[in-house]
Amino acid sequence: MVGLFASLVAAAHAESPAERGRYLAAVGDCVACHTVPGGTPFAGGRAIETPFGPIIAPNLTPDRASGLGTWSDADFLGAMKRGVRPDGARLYPACPYVYFSTVRDEDLLAIRAFLATLAPVANPARGTEFGFPFNLRPLMVFWDALYFRPTPFMPDPSRSAEWNRGAYLVAGLGHCGACHGAKGALGANRAPGALDGGRVRGWFAPDLGGDPRAGLGGWSLDDIERYLATGSNGRALAAGPMAEVVENSTARMTAADLRAIALYLKQDAPLSPPGRGPSAAPNDNLGAAIYADACAACHRASGEGVPGLFPRLAGSAVVQSARPDTLITVVLHGSRAAATNAAPTGPAMPGLGWRLDDASAAAVLTYIRSAWGNEAAPVSGDAVRRGR
Amino acid sequence: MPAEPLPAADAVIIGFGWSGALIAEALSAAGLGVVVLERGPYRDTASDFPPGFAPDELRYAVRHDLVVPTAQNTITFRNRAGQTALPVRQWGSFLPASGAGGGGVHWNGQTWRFRPSDFVLRSHLLDAHGHGVIPGDVTIQDWGVTYAELEPFYDRFEYLAGISGRAGNLRGRLQQGGNPFEGPRQRDYPTPPMRMTLAPTRFADAARALGYHPFPQPSANLSEPYTNPLGVVIGPCSYCGFCERFGCGNYSKASPQTALMPVLRRRPNFALRTGAEVLEIARAPDGRHARGVRYVDADGVERYQRAELVILAAYTFENVRLLLLSGIGQPYDPRDGSGVVGRNYAYQTTASVQLFFDDTRFNPFIGAGALGMVVDDLNADGRDHARLGFIGGAHLAAMQSGGRPILSRPTRPGTPRWGGAWKHAVARDYLRNASLGASGSSVSHRGAWLDLDPTYRDRHGRRLLRMTFDFHANDLRMIQHATDRLAGIGRAMEPAAMVVNERRGPYSIVPYQSTHNVGGAVMGPDPATSVVNPWLQSWDVANLFVVGASSFPQNPSYNPTGTVGALALRAANAILTRYLPSPGPLVSR
Repeated sequence: MVGLFASLVAAAHAESPAERGRYLAAVGDCVACHTVPGGTPFAGGRAIETPFGPIIAPNLTPDRASGLGTWSDADFLGAMKRGVRPDGARLYPACPYVYFSTVRDEDLLAIRAFLATLAPVANPARGTEFGFPFNLRPLMVFWDALYFRPTPFMPDPSRSAEWNRGAYLVAGLGHCGACHGAKGALGANRAPGALDGGRVRGWFAPDLGGDPRAGLGGWSLDDIERYLATGSNGRALAAGPMAEVVENSTARMTAADLRAIALYLKQDAPLSPPGRGPSAAPNDNLGAAIYADACAACHRASGEGVPGLFPRLAGSAVVQSARPDTLITVVLHGSRAAATNAAPTGPAMPGLGWRLDDASAAAVLTYIRSAWGNEAAPVSGDAVRRGR
Repeated sequence: MPAEPLPAADAVIIGFGWSGALIAEALSAAGLGVVVLERGPYRDTASDFPPGFAPDELRYAVRHDLVVPTAQNTITFRNRAGQTALPVRQWGSFLPASGAGGGGVHWNGQTWRFRPSDFVLRSHLLDAHGHGVIPGDVTIQDWGVTYAELEPFYDRFEYLAGISGRAGNLRGRLQQGGNPFEGPRQRDYPTPPMRMTLAPTRFADAARALGYHPFPQPSANLSEPYTNPLGVVIGPCSYCGFCERFGCGNYSKASPQTALMPVLRRRPNFALRTGAEVLEIARAPDGRHARGVRYVDADGVERYQRAELVILAAYTFENVRLLLLSGIGQPYDPRDGSGVVGRNYAYQTTASVQLFFDDTRFNPFIGAGALGMVVDDLNADGRDHARLGFIGGAHLAAMQSGGRPILSRPTRPGTPRWGGAWKHAVARDYLRNASLGASGSSVSHRGAWLDLDPTYRDRHGRRLLRMTFDFHANDLRMIQHATDRLAGIGRAMEPAAMVVNERRGPYSIVPYQSTHNVGGAVMGPDPATSVVNPWLQSWDVANLFVVGASSFPQNPSYNPTGTVGALALRAANAILTRYLPSPGPLVSR
């Protein structure tokens, strides 16, 4: 047990706590929320869209007035593990303290040591502007009581150290479930730790369970590792919020950690229930015609796409996901894939919302969800309209 | 009022076409801080050329949306000294690009290496044929670089761009199906040739039967997906037929956007400023050292960018004009042949043959800018050309670049120009025609040069560039010979009707012919006859390099981009390995 724990602290990272913290902050993707696009990293101010309104991410630099300059280690752990600020105010769970409560103190304090090395930036964050009653932070005590069970990570001694490392990263700093878990009405995961697919900012973060169509069932360990390391694996391209995750976080992780995550996800990640609706009718002529006209030049008539450039649609988990949010967003508004040092292309798809009406977009999406052996529920014109 | 200098860059590059982008990649990879100033707008694939509107023939092919607006910059033109040049108000014979990617956005993708003899043209002709072969007013000269010296950089360019083709000469061994006349290459093309359509296939069959050696046009419209040495993926061509004058919407035509920009934009030591029109290259008081460039930014504010190195990598015309406006180098004087800036402007000499068939459908809507078969037997140092009374040569091709609906409506001779009979003929002939082309060389000569116009000025009050050009009689003899041979191949394809479009003088700047304008700031080993030395370094200002087809001393028949790319990469290599360790002239005068 002790040996297992030691291995979780990643022997590969024998640097100073601050150096280790730089890596762990990348694993946690702190920079994504705590940086205004184009602004000073970690200086806060970015508005995080939530179903309840925008949350303004605070300044993590050591500025004494507006940042973490006056925080003690205990203050930092309190915020990260219990969601409570030094002044006693409760955080909103947009900050994934629910996940970070499983992270070991040494790792969190390493992140704090890294943040303390940053140049202080004076950047008082605007207040978060929720409507009533969500604007009442004290009420978060009830949310926490309902949904928040701080649980330190417990390694499974029957598993390999690598599997446990993967589980630790996925459940903790990686906070994968924050997007990939289905949410209830008040924004908590329906099933703690589940990776059954969730909606985020107009996208659908796919089911990471073993479903062969909509999940990772068809992906090999190498597929997962390459996707996380580069944003591109010949099957899929990371786009939307996941492109940011890859660029800021997973592309900066060690191959060993990515392998551990892949191993954990492929072996016994909590399986999601089969939730597919009835499949769309194949041979939809309108959808097929639009596909030939507007999609096939890049994604190919066969739906095979071009590795690293145009995502494969045939057999794709994104295409066959329970919810078509990602497809609707991409077709209406376009998207840009992740660009990393290993896969720098960062190709983009132009939005087609200006040339496809709701019925046409629904027809072509229904077509790709049923062509080439794909099976997923049809997409309605109403769903497309809501995505505009 | 002089602008406050911006913080000095290691290198400022004027122009973000292929030349500027290739040099920016090489210098920024080596850690230099690079600022690129581009006069036109920023453009990228998905944002500016989405397939939903990229194939807009009216916008791009007719109204020239990717070409520099003549209200911003144009040239004046006359055929010969003594005439009054007038400004071009609508581009015709050629289409100088503007905007990120430059001509690398709207090019066809026909990618060549020049022949070894092209680089030593004057000495080669004198050796082979003696003094009488070069007409007295012809100023062709050697380049100061050999094919062998350039070969590694041709290779690098082809592998960055992913060029689709078949080698004809691998390390001296001739290869079946490639161009047997090309210089030896160290390895094959990175991707195989494009899939061939019917018209080029028939052309190749007819040419082969006549004893020629047809081969697939080396193409930057890629035959298959390709990952270049920088890790950037370029897609497979969809044969949509919208290359020339268009941006490629599906990442399948090699361009600065598809091959280089993804890595450049990730580098913190690289900056691209678009809408930045350079006014002049500023120099130290002794005139021997460039301090930086003055430019007008996108907001119309004058800026002064200091830099340790200035790379002038704009189009041929603007390279020459900025040298003249900045007072760098001695302007060419056609009266006595003295001076160098503006000297040895050259063009290309083209002709075509149109074939009409009764029963054969060629489906011309399938196409790509560099989709076709080529015959190179009549080029460059064809053995009997001197006996026939000319130097130089042409390559003959059947290119299927796309039967676009507005500009591609050929009808056979005798068809009315309008009305029901015309409509009927268009409907019949659209699918049943094929076009053959001859692209010929252009000698540089005393009667062709570039200088500043005495009358016309641009919106900043600067004098426009003036072109004085007409075809040399040598080139008209050359293209007539090539056109006759092209018609011979056309006849062998047994068309129902054939139209031969011969090239006759004088040169008209109105109908489109070729955007391969070259020279004016030529390279060479002798400062008396060149603006830049064989490393493309200015003879007069050691920290100024002038890159692009402006450095060609004369023009071979081939499309220039492969050689432009190779010369740019070689110049970048010289900057990194020769100039920076010991700044100063790389060749003493």
